[in-house]
Amino acid sequence: MDWQALWLSVKLSCFTVILLIPLSIFVGRELAYRQFKGKSWLEALIMVPLVLPPTVIGYYLLVGLGNQSIIGQWVEQLTGQQLVFHFSGLVIASIIVNIPFAVQPIQRAFETIPIDIRDAAACCGMSRLRIFFRVELPMVWPGVLTAVVLCFSHVLGEFGVVLMLGGNIAGETKTISISIYDSVQAFDFDSAGMMSLVLLVFAVSALALTTSMSRRLGGHHGASQR
Amino acid sequence: MYFINTMIHFFNRLSLKFYTGGISALLAIISLIGFSSASIASDTPAIAAAANIQFAVAEIATRFQQQTGLSVRLSYGSSGNFVTQIKHGAPFELMLSADEDYIDILHQAGLTQNKGIIYAIGRLALAAPKSSPLILDPELVGLTQLINDGKLSRFAIANPDHAPYGERAREVLKAKGLWDAVQPKLILGENASQAAQFTISGSTQGGIVPLSLALTPEFIKRGNYVVIPDALYQPINQRMALMPNASETAERFYQYMQSPDAQEVLSQFGFNLPVHVVSKVD
Repeated sequence: MDWQALWLSVKLSCFTVILLIPLSIFVGRELAYRQFKGKSWLEALIMVPLVLPPTVIGYYLLVGLGNQSIIGQWVEQLTGQQLVFHFSGLVIASIIVNIPFAVQPIQRAFETIPIDIRDAAACCGMSRLRIFFRVELPMVWPGVLTAVVLCFSHVLGEFGVVLMLGGNIAGETKTISISIYDSVQAFDFDSAGMMSLVLLVFAVSALALTTSMSRRLGGHHGASQR
Repeated sequence: MYFINTMIHFFNRLSLKFYTGGISALLAIISLIGFSSASIASDTPAIAAAANIQFAVAEIATRFQQQTGLSVRLSYGSSGNFVTQIKHGAPFELMLSADEDYIDILHQAGLTQNKGIIYAIGRLALAAPKSSPLILDPELVGLTQLINDGKLSRFAIANPDHAPYGERAREVLKAKGLWDAVQPKLILGENASQAAQFTISGSTQGGIVPLSLALTPEFIKRGNYVVIPDALYQPINQRMALMPNASETAERFYQYMQSPDAQEVLSQFGFNLPVHVVSKVD
């Protein structure tokens, strides 16, 4: 059991969720309430990571963020640290790959809030900020929770992108899925089986927990009362 | 553009304070990532090692640590993938390649200190899972027999298009006149290690794998092997080279790989040792 790799994966999941969820709440809300030119294109762009193989995304990021790219050179000049083969690069990659998993459930949740409720809140003299925090956010909470769990478990199992972009460096970019791959390559099937089991148990319990929680929360706040 | 405008508009409405607060929190988190990662000691150099020498090099690294108190971080993978990664800035300080060609590519791109040196010469083994009907012999008579009887359904080698061990396996099969018959039955591993894993998985009748992997206890538990005569294929010269950013520890490990101690380990794992002296400097 490679605890260092598991910890690295958990850390990667946490960073991704913390950075991605606020962004997705904003994007999901905009997509749910606004009509604007190019909206379908934006939605398509957000969904792209779902259909592209992770190795393709990994390849683009390797070339796009590598030390031969403009972004890569700029970041290295600014921070003295390069993005690829570094934990921060994995965070950026995970955010990009997980955008659809975060935005989708949140957007759907915002779409279920009846316009009357927001109008009523506004008529009562609540500020936009207050409506957002006191009315909208509690109602979309199940969607947000689903997004959190989906992203977290998805990052935990991320393989293709990490393989392309990470370089398999212990303590830096060697995540649990890469460690499983390494174990299989080293014929260490016991260790690979053990780690795979941990991921499986985690995935199933996370999904079960979310389903039951969103059902309960959904019942309270009427996200499904549309 | 329109989207960005909407975004700014939204944030303005949401109150500026909230916005700047969010941005500074974001920056704090990003710097935290940098900080937490920077804390990983840089005095343990990252070394890229071809998957086929993973067992030998792990043993060598242990001995190196016992003798010098210095440690290295080993990353195993396919040599070809490492070349791509190093070209895009991977921070490896030393690369132990499965073949010379990959070091040549890096050297020509100016990404190594020099041409490096051959540290071992790889050898091939014909292997089969314990339950296989394939009879193992150095001249591949058993394999020929199995093909002629029409009983060969799956045979594993590494992908000859980009894995040196696969390329040499193809040479062996061609030398024995078996290539055309075996080709439709081939299961290609992404690298030599995967080919070995396929070979002992029980779903193939056999395969051609690096001897260094066939000698490991994990392999022997599940399969049998026989050494293929060196005369049937071009030598697999495994070359290593230091990158320009190599630290003193990386350089010492590079020297240690050439020491009698390390060479003894390589020999135990079935490698032939380089007899000729390769100039270390250009």
